[in-house]
Amino acid sequence: MDGILLLEQALNGLQYGLMLFLLAAGLTLVFGVMDMINLAHGSLYMVGAFLIATVTQVTGSYWLGLGGGILGAALFGAILEFTLLRRFYQRDHLSQVLGTFAILLMCNEGVRLIWGDQPVALSTPQSLSGPVQLLEGFSYSSFSLFIIGVGLLVALLMYLLITRTRLGMQVRAGAANREMAMAMGVNVSRLFTGIFALGAALCGVAGGMLGPMLAVQVGMGESILIVAFVVIVIGGIGSIRGAFLGALIVGVIDTAGRTFMPMVFSKLMSPEAAANAAPAVASILIYLLMATVLFFKPRGLFPPQG
Amino acid sequence: MIASFQRTLRTTLVAGAACAALAAYAQSSEPVRVGLLSTLSGPGAGLGVDIRDGFQLAMKLQGNKLGGRAAEVIVADDQASPDVGRQTADRLVKRDKVDFMTGIVFSNVMLAVGAPTFASHTFYISANAGPSQYAGEQCNPYFFSASYQNDNMHEAAGQVVQSKGFKRVALIAPNYPAGKDALTGFKRYYKGEVTSESLPTLNQLNFSVEIAQLRASKPDAVYIFLPGGMGINFIKQFVAAGLPKDITLFGPGFSGDEDVIRAVGESMLGMFNTSQWGHDMDNAANKKFVAAFEKEYGRLPTLYAAQGYDAAQLMDAAVRDSKGKLDDKAAVRMALEAAKFNSVRGNFKFNTNHFPIQDYYARVITKDAKGRITNRLLATPVLKNHADAYVGSCKMPG
Repeated sequence: MDGILLLEQALNGLQYGLMLFLLAAGLTLVFGVMDMINLAHGSLYMVGAFLIATVTQVTGSYWLGLGGGILGAALFGAILEFTLLRRFYQRDHLSQVLGTFAILLMCNEGVRLIWGDQPVALSTPQSLSGPVQLLEGFSYSSFSLFIIGVGLLVALLMYLLITRTRLGMQVRAGAANREMAMAMGVNVSRLFTGIFALGAALCGVAGGMLGPMLAVQVGMGESILIVAFVVIVIGGIGSIRGAFLGALIVGVIDTAGRTFMPMVFSKLMSPEAAANAAPAVASILIYLLMATVLFFKPRGLFPPQG
Repeated sequence: MIASFQRTLRTTLVAGAACAALAAYAQSSEPVRVGLLSTLSGPGAGLGVDIRDGFQLAMKLQGNKLGGRAAEVIVADDQASPDVGRQTADRLVKRDKVDFMTGIVFSNVMLAVGAPTFASHTFYISANAGPSQYAGEQCNPYFFSASYQNDNMHEAAGQVVQSKGFKRVALIAPNYPAGKDALTGFKRYYKGEVTSESLPTLNQLNFSVEIAQLRASKPDAVYIFLPGGMGINFIKQFVAAGLPKDITLFGPGFSGDEDVIRAVGESMLGMFNTSQWGHDMDNAANKKFVAAFEKEYGRLPTLYAAQGYDAAQLMDAAVRDSKGKLDDKAAVRMALEAAKFNSVRGNFKFNTNHFPIQDYYARVITKDAKGRITNRLLATPVLKNHADAYVGSCKMPG
């Protein structure tokens, strides 16, 4: 085990964590401020990625695609909130889960109708497709570095937005005590639409970053949504700081597990058994962490301060 | 009175005869039904689409007939899931009462679909998956592979890597039956050191962990069996990480075929891969197939398309040679075993376990005369008249 391997895996963990943060940030605000469980959050990510891929194909420019897709995702989120989701705020969590699950299925079928069953092509922009030499004997993908940069930038902007602006103050007040915030005259309906559009735009950013690395396809939102829920439970629901730190913890632990579990297991058992067991154990690590956090700190590691 | 009775009798007889004739006509004109169950969604969709397109092209060229009888192809998606595959196969076999099944891409789906299909005495003609289980102890009279046995292409690749003198090779294959067959096959012919074996889950798309491990273990070459979207993502990420200058990439035909080349582009140039077929193979059947495929779909065919095309040709020969009597299972089986069709890969015959004995070639990705980045077949086979390693343990019921 050498330094380069550790550095590379640390970068991989950071990159994965930052992408999880983009999804978890919107999810945790909607959950924390509106007390709304939104299973269709992953669909915003999927719709964003498909819009980016389409605009990129039409205009031939990834950057135009990225901009168009993020705007499109924000608009889609706002429309969804305005027409459907706001009717769920007063309902119990079970109705919200059922209602947003229905929206998730409709989004999947809608995307299938428009774009078809097969993955849609979205490539990294030409200028970012090559490697960058970071150290002697270690070059890292420039697009991955770009993803890390974008993730950090978004986190910084979110921090400024939440701590330095009036909107951020209302969001914090809403997350800490919703009834009191409403009583103090916060325009809840506009705030909620705004938060939802912001969360959707962040999903669009994540779609634009992960789409070229993974695949733009129907159902891409579900698997990552589950991990995003794990992140907000670990971080503390309603807290942006919690979502950020929780996402980094989950990203690093998941990457470390997938790297080092095979090494540990191959010392303990036959190579074939290790190859089967190690990925299985590595993939449950983050859920073990979530269970532990729930047991000792039910409100999460970094709950919103009230 | 009597006259009237006679007249009635005559009418009845005529009507009866007409009915019988109609029934006989209906029987012979009842179309041959084929269930084409393939992966048409998700990262493996490109493979299933090519099998389907190759199969449908052969049907079109045969006038939508199999062995002179009208034919109907029922296309269904298995979503690369053994559960969905098994349910859909049940429906095709029991409700649609298909005469042949074909199309499955992934061996885990194949192993789930096999049992109910064979139990209903429906012939399965594989256009891709060739799991070792069905080549050895679980070989079955109702299973025929018009493609290969899973190990074969990897055996040829092992031979190529060995003869090119590579001494330290890392292996990556998905954790499912064909992935394990791949590693077994490769190691049967490659005798050097294996620096690491990674078994990512099937349809994993982010290979950052595997790539970091490659950089750390410093092999001379890496052999990847990553079909469809997996291979596309791996090669893109491998190139983006700057590894190609230190580590030579090898794969079976699946990881270096036209679908992967279209998605990855220039950085595939120079990669060696192995297959039983190439689109530039010099025989009349292949020239006809490739030209018709390009005209119909506007792209070069992959080996999946070639296998789908051959599966349809094999069914055509079987219906023809069994004189269209598909209820006579023994006759259909004999006709299938004889395999009297012009395969696009040239040499083709069945072994006793219903898997092919055929040649395996190396292909290299270059720019062709038209400036397209594509595969060029190297004319001398790597493995000639090659049979699989499991045929010895197959006791095929007579």
